[in-house]
Amino acid sequence: MTTFPSISLTAEAFEPGALVTTFCAGRDETGAVASFVGLARAEQGQARILELEAYPGFTDAAIAQFAEQAKARFDLHDYRIVHRIGRIKPGEAIVFVATAAGHRRAAFEACDFLMDYLKSRAPFWKKEHGPDGERWIEPTARDRTDAERWD
Amino acid sequence: MARVLLFGRLADQAGWRDRSVDASSLAALRAALAADDPDLAEALVGPGVQVAVDKAIVRGEASLAAATEVAFLPPMSGG
Repeated sequence: MTTFPSISLTAEAFEPGALVTTFCAGRDETGAVASFVGLARAEQGQARILELEAYPGFTDAAIAQFAEQAKARFDLHDYRIVHRIGRIKPGEAIVFVATAAGHRRAAFEACDFLMDYLKSRAPFWKKEHGPDGERWIEPTARDRTDAERWD
Repeated sequence: MARVLLFGRLADQAGWRDRSVDASSLAALRAALAADDPDLAEALVGPGVQVAVDKAIVRGEASLAAATEVAFLPPMSGG
């Protein structure tokens, strides 16, 4: 799927360091790159496997639309978003966001802004498989208020 | 024939996630699904469930051409 080259949904584990290296390469006007990596938590054994479902062609389009707004709002040079889908084990990376800007403040803030969106509003469906079976998860109140602080 | 996609808990409830249904409108599609599984049809109009036709959210009624993709999206959790 190459419709949105800055956005990847992948069922394969990824290596965040390699993504940062690639993202930083070949820039001579970018003064700041900020990145964030979200990892799957074990929740003291309550969550053995996290399962994330996306709607390919819809989920990536929605993320792209939001990311382009972020790019304009923070005057970003570039961004990169990689999101896992499928079954994810504790300790594995779920999400990677990198932002490039002229100066650090914009890069940090845009990264934070994109993560609040991805955690609360992006079109994913999340299921936790634990010792007592499986359950679908809805966004927490905290996720919503984190996202609303940018409105 | 419309291609119907279910996501999240809706797919678990139905026991399927991808099915072809002969319907020329969203209302006809809902009726066809209700004839087969009334509980599912009820869940599809439940709180927070959105409908996407060819990957664009629609509200209310929509006519369905051949090979249209209709997706039922329960409340999104974020990643």
